[in-house]
Amino acid sequence: MTTKTRIQKEARKENLMINMGPSHPAMHGTIRIMLELDGENVLNSEVEVGYLHRGFEKTCEHKTYFNLLPYTDRLNYVSPLINNCGYVMTMEKMLGIEVPEKAQYIRVIMCELSRIADHLTALAAMTMECGAFTVFLYYIQAREEIWNVIEQTTGARMTTSYIRIGGVRADLHPDFDQQVQKAIMVTRKVLKDVSGLLDKNKIWIDRTRGVAVVPPEMAINYGFTGPCLRASGVKYDVRKAHPYLVYDRLEFEIPLGEKGDNYDRYMVRMKEMEQSLRIVEQAAKKMPKSRSSVSSPEKGIEPVDAIKASRGKREMRKIQLSPNLEGSEKERYPNILSREANAVVPPKEDTYTNIEGLINHFKFFMKGHGIRPPKGEVYFSVEGGSGELGYYIVSDGTDKPYRLHLRAPCFHIVAALEEMIKGHYVADIIPTFGSTNMIGGEMDR
Amino acid sequence: MTEIIIVLVKIIFAMMWFLVLTLYLTWAERKESAVMQDRVGANRANIMGVRILGLFQPLADAIKMFFKEDFTPPFSKRFLHNLAPFISFFFSLVTVATIPFGDVLRIGGKTIRLQILDLNIAILFVFAMLSLTIYGVVISGWASNSRWTLLGGLRGAAQLISYEVALGLSLIGLVMVFPTLKFSAFVEYQGGLLFGWLPKWGIFLQPLGFLIFFIAAMAESERVPFDLPEGESEIVGFFTEYGGLKWGLYMFTDFMKLLLISCLLTTFFFGGYHLPWLYADGFHFPWGGTWLLPHGIVVLFQVLAFNLKVFFFCWMQILIRWTYPRFRYDQLMDFGWKLLIPLSLFNIIATAVILKILG
Repeated sequence: MTTKTRIQKEARKENLMINMGPSHPAMHGTIRIMLELDGENVLNSEVEVGYLHRGFEKTCEHKTYFNLLPYTDRLNYVSPLINNCGYVMTMEKMLGIEVPEKAQYIRVIMCELSRIADHLTALAAMTMECGAFTVFLYYIQAREEIWNVIEQTTGARMTTSYIRIGGVRADLHPDFDQQVQKAIMVTRKVLKDVSGLLDKNKIWIDRTRGVAVVPPEMAINYGFTGPCLRASGVKYDVRKAHPYLVYDRLEFEIPLGEKGDNYDRYMVRMKEMEQSLRIVEQAAKKMPKSRSSVSSPEKGIEPVDAIKASRGKREMRKIQLSPNLEGSEKERYPNILSREANAVVPPKEDTYTNIEGLINHFKFFMKGHGIRPPKGEVYFSVEGGSGELGYYIVSDGTDKPYRLHLRAPCFHIVAALEEMIKGHYVADIIPTFGSTNMIGGEMDR
Repeated sequence: MTEIIIVLVKIIFAMMWFLVLTLYLTWAERKESAVMQDRVGANRANIMGVRILGLFQPLADAIKMFFKEDFTPPFSKRFLHNLAPFISFFFSLVTVATIPFGDVLRIGGKTIRLQILDLNIAILFVFAMLSLTIYGVVISGWASNSRWTLLGGLRGAAQLISYEVALGLSLIGLVMVFPTLKFSAFVEYQGGLLFGWLPKWGIFLQPLGFLIFFIAAMAESERVPFDLPEGESEIVGFFTEYGGLKWGLYMFTDFMKLLLISCLLTTFFFGGYHLPWLYADGFHFPWGGTWLLPHGIVVLFQVLAFNLKVFFFCWMQILIRWTYPRFRYDQLMDFGWKLLIPLSLFNIIATAVILKILG
């Protein structure tokens, strides 16, 4: 016997019941909305989440603190760097690690670029589903440039795993400045173009103004954070309220909406991207130069030869690392990684050439020996693409978390979706859903 | 006998013109949208490695659609489901019969009008045929037996019927100015001059009527910003349950309507086949110069002028389609009933008053 859902029990017979999703072009991220319709009016709805549940939190309990980092990439797959950053900073709080200043600036730049990519994607989906296909492709063009920067720095476009406990994986690419300038320029141009196309467009305003209004009290009651909360006029941003990294040294504003409708959510994201660009520019300018520069341009010897040569006496020559370790040479370590030996992967040069390095390497990766924070629990949150992204970790003193919980921002926003779309038209569901920026990987975990 | 042959040849030419142009409108839309969106657009289709800007793309599309499975979902109402696309297609296609492509062509003592059918009530005929295309939409929505397509079909019916009113009313003013319902007569009236220099085109006599007609006609063609029956991200469209060639017919109908609207706009408001100051014997410029031309060249100029105007409106509609977001259902109804229809009524009254004053 099939069990009836709440809406199936409550719906009146003469109304049209319809299933939006889980397989529907606008329900990206896989969500199901059951609708009770009168004509095209939404009388009632029931939102069903969980189609992308992969057991992230449970998986993490079986992975060491170092190994579970790649899993965080898959949460909000549009801005994986912020996920990395949130997890890593929670761990640093637990371990009490100081991070080099340059690494902090790199983190800020990467997080802000990810935030822009996140907002671009959210608005691109929202506008495309309202029929503005050209705007969608403009947004994607800007995102492409931003992902080029991220690719150049981290070596991957989506699953980056770049921000590591104690710092970042590798130093910046020599051409980083040029690439980031280009990305900023393209994004500014796209934002200007899109503003011209949509900001005062009568059709767009009619479609979004006054639709799905969320008053401040309702937003707070549901636990909204991020752009959706700020669109309702509540001034809360983790970057300002609890400054982390070097955000307190950078100048930026928090754009606020007035009514909390779809137009405000669109507008707040547009303005926030502008602020993020400002932050990136400032951070790129203020970033300290590397303390010990990587000077020697000549290639070192191959690791195999180094290992052979190091039999008997310690090898002192420079070692040629494999290209995928570029940027994380030993002499760059003071700039990008903490000195804490128990939390940071030992330099590969040491691993290859001396016995202490090899032992350190094994100690770091061996079962039961890696990063072992003290007993206790910790919560830390960063400002993610769609709101406050929090990690709660309970440690029992071993190398695996006893419990890891993720506070996904869009989970709380989607909870309000039923109330937001009630009484509106079927066509309004799409921009409303788009403006919540639901990301399945993050919400369903 | 020769009369019949002439009519047959005209039908074949007009059909070919209409269908080939429709086919290449798909290419034009792809390329124009690509240019607007900083993309390259479809360019891979080739014959033996020759690509020419992707001009073979429509052929490739057609071949693909012909060879796809002709699928009818088991839960649909089979007969109606199969019938629906043909209704839309057929009634859009027959309207081309009334479009005047040029003035008369004289060959060997015979006078051939460059128009298949010069009906006395051409406007009514075109509107009737356009109304019948709605049945394709409604029937497909109903016969697919799915709730989403039903919503699409209902939206389509409501939208097309509402805008038909505005479409009809917007032309009344024009009919008052040019007292005829015949397309060839419409165009002939527009051959004159205003104030001795301005061509007497519909747009100069009925600017408001032109705007209303243009908007309402775009709503009739069901393209963004009026693509509610399709609404690909909302209700996925009335043709969700179609595939292969039958879906292709719907898409083809879309483009045919686009072309048809361009033809109608040209005929009603942009002087049809007239070039400014071009008469049967050549150009007579208002500043005194003349440039006499042989009959064949004049006819060629007329046909070219007609085609250029049609292309202009096609380009314009594609431009609008890729610029705006979509209306919402209630806003669309408000726009049609509360704005366009009162405006077109106002247009009728204003036209009547002005005609009365001018005597």
